[in-house]
Amino acid sequence: MTEETGPLIELRDVKVHFPIKSGLLFDRTVGYVYAVDGVSLSIRKGETYGLVGESGCGKSTLGRGLLRLVEPTDGEIIFDGTDVRALKGEAMRQSRRRMQMIFQDPLSSLDPRQSVESLLVEGLKAHGLAGDKAETNRRLRETLEAVGLPASALGKYPHEFSGGQRQRIGIARALVLNPDLIVADEPVSALDVSIQAQVLNLLEDLQNERGLTYLIIAHDLAVVRHIADTVGVMYLGGLVEEASSDDLYREPMHPYTRALMSAVPVPDPVVEDRRERILLAGDLPSPTNPPSGCRFHTRCPWAQPTRCADERPELRDVVGGHRVACHFAEDIAAGRIRPHEVEVELVRPTDGTGPVDPPGELIPTP
Amino acid sequence: MSLLDVRDLSVVFQRRGERPFTAVDKVSFSVEPGQTVGLVGESGCGKSVTSLAIMGLLPKRGNKVTGEVLFEGTDLLKLRPDDMRDRRGREISMIFQDPLSSLNPVIPIGVQVAEVLERHQGRDRKQALRESRDLLDAVGIPDPQRRLSEYPHQISGGMRQRALIAIALACKPRLLIADEPTTALDVTIQAQILTLLKQLVDETGTALVMITHDLGVVAGLCDTVNVLYGGKVVERARRHELFAHARHPYTHGLLNSVPRLDSPRGERLHAIRGSVSDNIPWAEGCAFAPRCDNVVDACLEGPPPLEPTASGGDLRCNNPVSEEVAVR
Repeated sequence: MTEETGPLIELRDVKVHFPIKSGLLFDRTVGYVYAVDGVSLSIRKGETYGLVGESGCGKSTLGRGLLRLVEPTDGEIIFDGTDVRALKGEAMRQSRRRMQMIFQDPLSSLDPRQSVESLLVEGLKAHGLAGDKAETNRRLRETLEAVGLPASALGKYPHEFSGGQRQRIGIARALVLNPDLIVADEPVSALDVSIQAQVLNLLEDLQNERGLTYLIIAHDLAVVRHIADTVGVMYLGGLVEEASSDDLYREPMHPYTRALMSAVPVPDPVVEDRRERILLAGDLPSPTNPPSGCRFHTRCPWAQPTRCADERPELRDVVGGHRVACHFAEDIAAGRIRPHEVEVELVRPTDGTGPVDPPGELIPTP
Repeated sequence: MSLLDVRDLSVVFQRRGERPFTAVDKVSFSVEPGQTVGLVGESGCGKSVTSLAIMGLLPKRGNKVTGEVLFEGTDLLKLRPDDMRDRRGREISMIFQDPLSSLNPVIPIGVQVAEVLERHQGRDRKQALRESRDLLDAVGIPDPQRRLSEYPHQISGGMRQRALIAIALACKPRLLIADEPTTALDVTIQAQILTLLKQLVDETGTALVMITHDLGVVAGLCDTVNVLYGGKVVERARRHELFAHARHPYTHGLLNSVPRLDSPRGERLHAIRGSVSDNIPWAEGCAFAPRCDNVVDACLEGPPPLEPTASGGDLRCNNPVSEEVAVR
């Protein structure tokens, strides 16, 4: 990994809230989905930052908000010294060349009616980089070679490739503009295991060759541990823990991270038979109506009667750059607080977004 | 006698004007009562088609199923549809990957559970619903009385999968086939569901066939593991044996290519080169040969046979990974 100093991108208290509209005539806002609710983080040049969390925790929205593919509600996004949120029109469009994205599903993110050449040239044209034909051609071939595709791929269409190759096209499309930052949203989760490794290795090689900075968003902790230098764990719109990959996996400090890590199956029966799982009770609460105080207190086996329910913990530095958003991180680490049983609270997919259906009368009460 | 004995099961899909495609190619395996058997492989290896063929759920037209599926000595493939329907859900049942598309969206959950009891155990609706409530309670659904009258969209993904398990286990079947039961779920929910499955299987003595692509799930759950590639079983071994000394280059490669939570960082992953589209037909040799590092001339001369190994498993390979080479 190339280690350079100074952050390439810095997020300060970024929020992305989606209004929930209701009503026929008037677009009344009846509430908000607090998808991302106050996230601060910074990524150094040449670093890989891994963002993990379960579905609905806001990790994808944060990635998209960072590129302003969805407009953040509040906060600052400072990319290489300029506030991206203050940029307008042409200036914003220009800056997009330096920040590119790789999407999860290569088939739905590539236009089926565009050839690979046309897919790759599109970005170059948009940024006025496709003037010289010979130069463009050289650039395309170079990029394809970098992602491990033959030059003959240029004339083909996405459906002619396998899943892994399609993801390589997606990477090539981001790469051809020579960006500084690549946001990869679940880059390998749609691929088979044997192909995942190829794409992960490719991402690492490209970083070493070109000094790229990555923000990798994934739900698979093992993937993130493998590729990221720093890992941030998200829960319900907020970062709950952030540390270097090694520190985080050696000693997870936030109760949620602990539960998450203990839940990941390891392909080794010896490890599997011995390990103790921290089973979380219930489901992720609805982001429209997040719990008060610490968002995790409703499912936390270590939750305490004081503070947890009424004071939202700040992400604070606990030991040497290991940041944790938990009031009792030290006590839990030292074993002064024991885990306890948690009553399952029922979570409905419709929570807070509409009227709750009255229970049917179909069922006789015994 | 084994509970389930699958012998030379083949499924060939045939569409007019197209070449026939062999999805499952002479697959044999057996399941003992109370045992958990894993079928592992990547997409397109035939694992789901195998399970559908066992359950008799493949479409009537466009495919040809040959071989034998002996369930306690009776060949399920030869049963009349009515007789099969009597057994399906009572003696053998199945859990599917996506609970939302396998539950009926317009019927309350309680009725969907009760339906099984009414059909197979002859309960009336009232009694069946009462038992359904206990079943939902047993799979860990909070406030089961109210859940009975709710619809699938009103509960979360994990709860839906629990409801599906309740339906599958309603008649205390002797065999449960779970086809990727946790793939659509988050890890913490996956852990809940796997723990639940393990516990129910232990309590009821139900045999379980676990179909998955996730080697981690297999490692914690299965007694015996069958690895499928291109429609054939390429390796079969006891769980500990397989993970410690995978002999087939495909299994070995698969185990080495997954990033692990507990492995040191910074190591390059050993990817298997190429993709499934590089496969050659089994008739011409080993389907995995074009992607294999251990390939020898014999691999391209015809399909290697499935032969028993010294450690009690089976292996289909001309030049296996030596036993001394442990995974990682």
